[in-house]
Amino acid sequence: MPRTALTGTRIRARRNLRGLRQSELARVVGVSPSYLNLIEHNRRKVGAELLGALAQALGVSMDALAEDSDERLVEGARAAAIRSDAELVDLERIDEFTGRFPGWAKVLAETQARVERLERVVEQLNDRMTHDPYMGEALHEIISAVTAVQSTASILNDSRDIEPDWQARFHGNIVQDSARLAEGAVALVNYLDAVKSDETGLAAPQEEVEAWLEARGFALPELNEATIDIAAMVSGQMDLSSEASRQLAAQWLRRFHADAQAMPSQRLYDALSEHGLAPEALARHFDVTYDRVLRRLALVSVAELEALGLPLVGLVICDNSGTLMFRRSLEGFALPRFGGGCPLWPLYQALHRPHVPLRTALVTAGRLGRRMTSYAYATADIVLGYDRPTVMQASMLIVASDGRDWVDGVAPVWVGASCRTCPQLDCAARREPSILMTTS
Amino acid sequence: MEKRVLVIEDEPNISAALRFILSRDGWQVDVSADGQAAIGAMRDDPPDLLILDLMLPGISGFDVLRSVRAAAGTRDLPVLMLTAKGQIADRAEAERLGVSRFMTKPFSNADVIAAVQELAGP
Repeated sequence: MPRTALTGTRIRARRNLRGLRQSELARVVGVSPSYLNLIEHNRRKVGAELLGALAQALGVSMDALAEDSDERLVEGARAAAIRSDAELVDLERIDEFTGRFPGWAKVLAETQARVERLERVVEQLNDRMTHDPYMGEALHEIISAVTAVQSTASILNDSRDIEPDWQARFHGNIVQDSARLAEGAVALVNYLDAVKSDETGLAAPQEEVEAWLEARGFALPELNEATIDIAAMVSGQMDLSSEASRQLAAQWLRRFHADAQAMPSQRLYDALSEHGLAPEALARHFDVTYDRVLRRLALVSVAELEALGLPLVGLVICDNSGTLMFRRSLEGFALPRFGGGCPLWPLYQALHRPHVPLRTALVTAGRLGRRMTSYAYATADIVLGYDRPTVMQASMLIVASDGRDWVDGVAPVWVGASCRTCPQLDCAARREPSILMTTS
Repeated sequence: MEKRVLVIEDEPNISAALRFILSRDGWQVDVSADGQAAIGAMRDDPPDLLILDLMLPGISGFDVLRSVRAAAGTRDLPVLMLTAKGQIADRAEAERLGVSRFMTKPFSNADVIAAVQELAGP
């Protein structure tokens, strides 16, 4: 288990809690005080054996000193701090805070995650109110009735000398509009009640499809069959709660099925054993297009990648508007949920170099700065005819591999998720300010 | 002579209320529920002010406004647009087309009278 930078901070905090001097603890665990000092200041990693000795000496479990969820806690706490306009000086002490108070950091991270979920719900409901034609019509009807009632009631209230004919007419109008208002409200409530519970999913269809595939570990063995019933595969799936998400899933499954037929699982695994995660070699091996290989590799399950000793992969597909159409997320390479991604992504570079496979060494912007390798390729997806627009599609496979096997003196490209959340504040490609800027 | 207001509104009870409050304030009020017919009528005999609903059956309030601004006789006609849709995009579109004032429903009678007086008062 990798020890994160926080472990040292935790050791120091626990030692201080027990009132032990650094030299005392060092002696007990058999290291020099200066070495322990380096550990406590997160300048040296701690091996499992030493961590066990430190935990025993401090009377805590090893997990209390080092958790593999540290980074997630830090990121959660950082996200909460950024949203609350914390001072930069506080942001710089996130590591220390998370290390000293992991329980509170967890509360903060969970609260932040909950806030983000709720914001997503609000956004979905707002989207629904704006774009649902029935809802729009019903609300318009209700507002019209309210307007008529309010205006008429106001006339009756303000005009003491109103003629009996007008008075009678306005009373009649109020009764009429009140009834219309009541009917409209009941119809709206019925509509909301009548919408099948499985249609009230608040996630966007694309998110549901991705969640569905993720829940299956991206393992779809059915696709190896020559004939499959796609409708049956997507029906009755809890994650695919709306008709739109089922249609979208079916659309992708048709494409994935064709990919799997061209590159059946067992033959693919054999080829992967022979060539490794090398899309160009696999494209030649199976005599298929490069983008097909990229998509097919994203449908190799996590379990199978691990069994083959291959790094994990992510995939992102966009059209030539830059809209992300498909995402298989990869830990350490953040993909934005809304809006476009980082303009420096090779995914977008591929769009203006169609049919040219791009291999790029990447480093993710931010504290963790993870090294990845991407393989990107763009091709015409829909050709509408002579002198008509062509819809392009670009795919980018992201491999959790530092590319040391092929990168030789090539400077990696720094990339983020999207400008809004990118900590690379001085990036020349920035199109909008980062939320991180508000803290400085 | 009384100044004349044309109300294009398809909700009869709203136009009845508008007719009443404006008449009481000294305006001559004509009401139409049909945008297309009203465009023709205005060409022949332009009012002093137009109160225009956005959501009309058939032709929309935006279409009416476009025609009003395109015709020489009504190019400078003050137009007060009423809408149950108060979205920023609608307001921006109305302003782009040259609306004089934009008011969301439900409105207060006093606000309507004040706006009419300001736009076409003596």
